[in-house]
Amino acid sequence: MLTLLVNGEKRKVDVSPDTPLLWVLRDNLRLTGSKYGCGIALCGACTVHVNGEAVRSCVTPVSTITGKKITTIEGLSHNNNHPLQKAWAEVQASQCGYCQSGQIMSAAALLSKNPNPSDADIDNAMTGNICRCATYQQIRAAIHLAAKQG
Amino acid sequence: MDTELNIERRNFLKISAALGAGLTLAFYLPASLGAATKLATSNNNTFTPNAFIRIGSDSRVTVIVKHLEMGQGVFTGLPTLIAEELDADWTQISVEAAPANAKLYKNLAWGAPQGTGQSTSMAKSFDQLRQAGATARAMLVASAAEQWGVLAEEITISKGIVEHHRSKRKASFGELVDNASKMPVPENIKLKDAKDFQYIGKSVVRKDTTEKLNGSAKYTIDMQKSGMLTALVAHPPLFGAKVKSFDASKTRSIKGVIDVMQIPTGVAVLANGFWPAKLGRDALKVEWDTSTANALGSDDILQQYKILAKTDGEAVRTEGDVGKALSGATQRLSAAFEFPYLAHAAMEPMDCVMALTETGCEMWHGEQMQTLAQINVAKSLGLKLDQVKINTLYAGGSFGRRGNPHSDYQLEAAYIVKAIAGRAPVKLVWTREDDMRAGFYRPLNYHTLEAGLDDKGNIIAWHHRIVGQSIIAGTLIEGVMLEKGHDPMSTEGANDMPYRSPNVLVDLHSPKNDVPVLWWRSVGHTHTAFSIESFIDELAAAVNKDPAEFRREQLTAEPRLLNVLNLAVEKSGWGKPMTKGRGRGIALHKSFNTYVAQVAEVTVTQDGKVKVDHITCAVDCGIAVNPEIIASQMQGGIGFGLSAALRGEITLKGGKVEQSNFHDYEPIRMNEMPHVDVHIVPSSEAPSGVGEPGVPPIAPAVCNAIFMATGKRIRSLPIRLHDLSYT
Repeated sequence: MLTLLVNGEKRKVDVSPDTPLLWVLRDNLRLTGSKYGCGIALCGACTVHVNGEAVRSCVTPVSTITGKKITTIEGLSHNNNHPLQKAWAEVQASQCGYCQSGQIMSAAALLSKNPNPSDADIDNAMTGNICRCATYQQIRAAIHLAAKQG
Repeated sequence: MDTELNIERRNFLKISAALGAGLTLAFYLPASLGAATKLATSNNNTFTPNAFIRIGSDSRVTVIVKHLEMGQGVFTGLPTLIAEELDADWTQISVEAAPANAKLYKNLAWGAPQGTGQSTSMAKSFDQLRQAGATARAMLVASAAEQWGVLAEEITISKGIVEHHRSKRKASFGELVDNASKMPVPENIKLKDAKDFQYIGKSVVRKDTTEKLNGSAKYTIDMQKSGMLTALVAHPPLFGAKVKSFDASKTRSIKGVIDVMQIPTGVAVLANGFWPAKLGRDALKVEWDTSTANALGSDDILQQYKILAKTDGEAVRTEGDVGKALSGATQRLSAAFEFPYLAHAAMEPMDCVMALTETGCEMWHGEQMQTLAQINVAKSLGLKLDQVKINTLYAGGSFGRRGNPHSDYQLEAAYIVKAIAGRAPVKLVWTREDDMRAGFYRPLNYHTLEAGLDDKGNIIAWHHRIVGQSIIAGTLIEGVMLEKGHDPMSTEGANDMPYRSPNVLVDLHSPKNDVPVLWWRSVGHTHTAFSIESFIDELAAAVNKDPAEFRREQLTAEPRLLNVLNLAVEKSGWGKPMTKGRGRGIALHKSFNTYVAQVAEVTVTQDGKVKVDHITCAVDCGIAVNPEIIASQMQGGIGFGLSAALRGEITLKGGKVEQSNFHDYEPIRMNEMPHVDVHIVPSSEAPSGVGEPGVPPIAPAVCNAIFMATGKRIRSLPIRLHDLSYT
């Protein structure tokens, strides 16, 4: 039995220690906002925060993050009121929406370190997140808007 | 006006719905109805969900959308039509996915089946749903007129409030629904004039945004059912291979693995969750019988196609005498174009939840072709079509993949629930590797083009030969979709080539092989537009004309295409000088009755690296119902097409697919997305679709820009395979 600190709550899970965090979140804790896209850290759909850093939960063995603070999209804000979620809504950034949890979590990690990122900073931070609907232009606009509105 | 719709309107019947207290309206064609006619004539106070609008006593207007929301915006665009005619407030509109019921929810473009595709959702719902909204509005007005003892003509509705100014009476929809259900269904309702539109043309906010920003939107992969098992399947390494034997002893020893079984498509591992199922599948030892499997590589297939292209194909369009005109031409040009297999690679890999129930079977998934899935699954499980209940969920992308007439992964789920006799609901999940390697693909194509120009530089002969596998041959829609024996999707865009030529021949070879193929966002236009728009550029160069000017001269019969061409040229700064290594290219194409022109600006470095900097996109899709969504679909189509153009390629070696994940089939990323400016042509024409038409022009526009930058013509995709270095 492992104890995880997810979105501010202690959660006990009975899984083998090498299980990727993504599947513990999705199948054990029923937090399905983090998505499966590739399984090998190529697409970013599974991005969550571990101690504030963006990590790909699909390749993070759950045993390596016990005791650390895990934040998923479900725990990013109450009522969609994170500046990025507000900006995303204003810009109407999502299409199919499947990658957007990961996109927002990557962007949130970026803004927490760099409150006013340039286009190049955004490219650097967001290039690991694939959007097959190619909403990149709106995502970029939403990040700039969130930075502006703080 | 569509004949279908006229019939529809004449037979416009009301289904009164109590629904506690509510108003439900349904529309249907008696010709296609058995049960529903009975339902309508019984007209008792039965709740009938087979409808487009449900208004509750709480004034909530639920719009039932018959098309799959896969990102293209139907959950917003279609309710807009109803909100417009109903004069509802946008915030009181909720959206629900329609159940699978072809009688009520058939795609009017296709006749009988329900489904989403060919960019038809808005085009074919525009009249139907405005009628639905207007009818509901008239009944609410009639209800208020009766209750208040006033003239219906004096009643107004604005933002969901019904009002009679003179008597100072007001009511919400909710207060009127009981009585409205008793009103006769009016006929010949006049729809709004475009000048009175409140929502159409105004970019109302998407209805699916909020839940997609906090992880609460439910996709197939998120479904949980009591006792549900997750299934992964070991698929054969070659198309057509079968299981010879398998050893599951290691698999069964993995904690969480519940069962292992052979099914027609491979070996299924069932487990309590994805991860044990994955470990279980990894531990399987399967021996495959490859004796009847496809062992050809994609290079072998291409070579066969090249040989075939030397012989006459089946003529699809013949005008004049191309051979004669070519022999008398001042200039003769020819070129051959090669297109690889492409995977759809939607972000959510294929998946399907299925359970056997007391009445049949129930499915939860993002389905593009509900009726075809019902037919295939019913047949597989020995059920009747209406015993297959489909709950259509959000799709994490689709691009055609979730609308397979073979219902491949849906049937795979059926094989599994059947094998366990329905003991548990099953969530079938494909891994990214399955998604990439187990099919289905945009077909590999080989084209040859030959043109003759007269002494004034006009096209006098045009011969386009296409060699490509048919998508619909061998499917259950083959009978209705083949035109004179040929697959119209193989030649769409080529058989209606827009440039003037008195002599035209388009012919087709449709070789068969075992590689599974399917429509891929914009289907045949993905290759036909590339050949035509690249070749036209070559012709322009041959007569020393500006590529935009040459197109303008040759586009005499397509005013809307000419119009988008001119708009894109005007907005892009066409003709302005560019620095060395930079280039500008144009391409235009009509698909699904939408007209798109794109100007690409690229930079090619001396060592041959291509960066697409900027795209100007002009689109004419008739009335722009939601300009923001139209712009997003153009941008998305451009990003999708650019991924394929730059490096998209599924290759087979000895029959085995070589790619497996996003490292070797990599869509473009944030840093590669050009800035896209979209310009929408103001129009009063009926709306046409926007999900696909942004795709076809991007690859030729980029390659034409590369030609300007480097002097090198690209006649095979992807671009990555070409040496574009220069000194």
